[in-house]
Amino acid sequence: MIRVVLPHHLQTLASCDREVAVTVDGAVTQRAVLDALEARYPMLRGTVREHVTMKRRPRVRFFAGGEDVTHESPDSELPGSIATGDQPFMIVGAIAGG
Amino acid sequence: MTAMRILVGTRKGAFILTSDSKRKKWSIDGPHFAGWEIYHLKGSPVNPDRVYASQTSSWFGQIIQRSDDGGKSWSQPGADSAAEEAAAAGMPQGESNMFVYDTSTETGKPLTTHQWYDGTQHPWEFARVWHLEPSLDDPDTCYAGVEDAALFRSTDGGVTWHELAGLRGHESGPEWAPGAGGMCLHTIVLDPANKSRIFCAISAAGTFRSDDNGETWAPINNGLHSEYIPNPTAEVGHCVHRIAIHPSNPNTLFMQKHWDVMRSDDGGDSWREVSGNLPSDFGFPIAVHAHEPETIYVVPILSDSLHYPPDGKLRVYRSRSGGDEWEALTKGLPQENCYVNVLRDAMAVDTFDPCGIYFGTTGGQVYASSDSGDSWEPIVRDLPGVLSVETQTVS
Repeated sequence: MIRVVLPHHLQTLASCDREVAVTVDGAVTQRAVLDALEARYPMLRGTVREHVTMKRRPRVRFFAGGEDVTHESPDSELPGSIATGDQPFMIVGAIAGG
Repeated sequence: MTAMRILVGTRKGAFILTSDSKRKKWSIDGPHFAGWEIYHLKGSPVNPDRVYASQTSSWFGQIIQRSDDGGKSWSQPGADSAAEEAAAAGMPQGESNMFVYDTSTETGKPLTTHQWYDGTQHPWEFARVWHLEPSLDDPDTCYAGVEDAALFRSTDGGVTWHELAGLRGHESGPEWAPGAGGMCLHTIVLDPANKSRIFCAISAAGTFRSDDNGETWAPINNGLHSEYIPNPTAEVGHCVHRIAIHPSNPNTLFMQKHWDVMRSDDGGDSWREVSGNLPSDFGFPIAVHAHEPETIYVVPILSDSLHYPPDGKLRVYRSRSGGDEWEALTKGLPQENCYVNVLRDAMAVDTFDPCGIYFGTTGGQVYASSDSGDSWEPIVRDLPGVLSVETQTVS
């Protein structure tokens, strides 16, 4: 079971808690986790990745196992702690304030 | 009992204001979609319980929401729990947020470029839905005006959206340019007398008309004069802020432009200025009285640099002669130290008699008049900045 932490705006959109669980068959990559998330919550399609290009939205970042994996290849395997469920894959909206 | 509903889109969510036909006591419901920008909400004229909403974010993109109970509950068409069975039957799921320019050889147009702020060419990029216009006779059909400027239509209640690419693909497209808010298609007017006729307005391109249900388009900007573009009388490039018609007389259009208030009496083929004695002819919204086709309303602000009312006085101006001669409506509105703006989609009229008129401000106030503008009262004072106001009469 993969744990995924969502930013506030996506929690309200999907009517879910801050942390959700998804299942991934095969290698645990950014792409596989996001595919599983969107399959479980179709209302999130297009919000983290653009619909057609499947590219990460510019103001969204990913963290896994305490590492910033935003700019890693979407097909790179995520740290083992994500696959085991010991740590969550975090989707974070870029900070804007002032 | 007949009731009144006002749909308010703000910078931080949607609010629904309701009253009876007296329009004196209001209840306020919201925020819906708290924290999200709600550019526009609008109900179907044939089924007021069907309401479409544009929920948008620079972080998480575009969301379309739909209500089938007058705004009490909402879901994304095709992505709610009720859609799971439909998904199993092969219906699209999670595509209601998908606005993809149609570049197909069958119905589309190539994706070209438009003019950027610095005069260079820039690719067309979808950003958000500015305006939703439900069909006059089918609650499942709705039009969406988007940034970068294009027109989309859904015929399945918002589950899927398809571009009417003839507009974006018009040969003048490379001459269109963004206004300060982006290159948005912000106004869609459906002609109640001619179901094949649609008017659209784009900042900064101008006004366009289709007479074949959105397939092909022609610019209709003859008579506009815009000092801020290289050729002030160019066919396109004008920053039209809003157009409005009266349903009984759809051949007459009223326009609030970047500067100038204009009217056309030939379906947009030609325009003449009717700014008359306005203290400033810069502004964003324009509205037509529900029962008097020659009574129109604008909210002047000082200039393109100073987006607030002249003299710090919030004044709606009314013309009962279709323009040229205007009177200030001030009773109940702040007449000192007021520096709010009223955006293009943030003024609407109701269909009661006497006609009610409503507007929301960037300061979060929603003002109402139940006597055609003679006097005003705030319904609510401290909402987030108001982006849009629409009215519904429900029974």
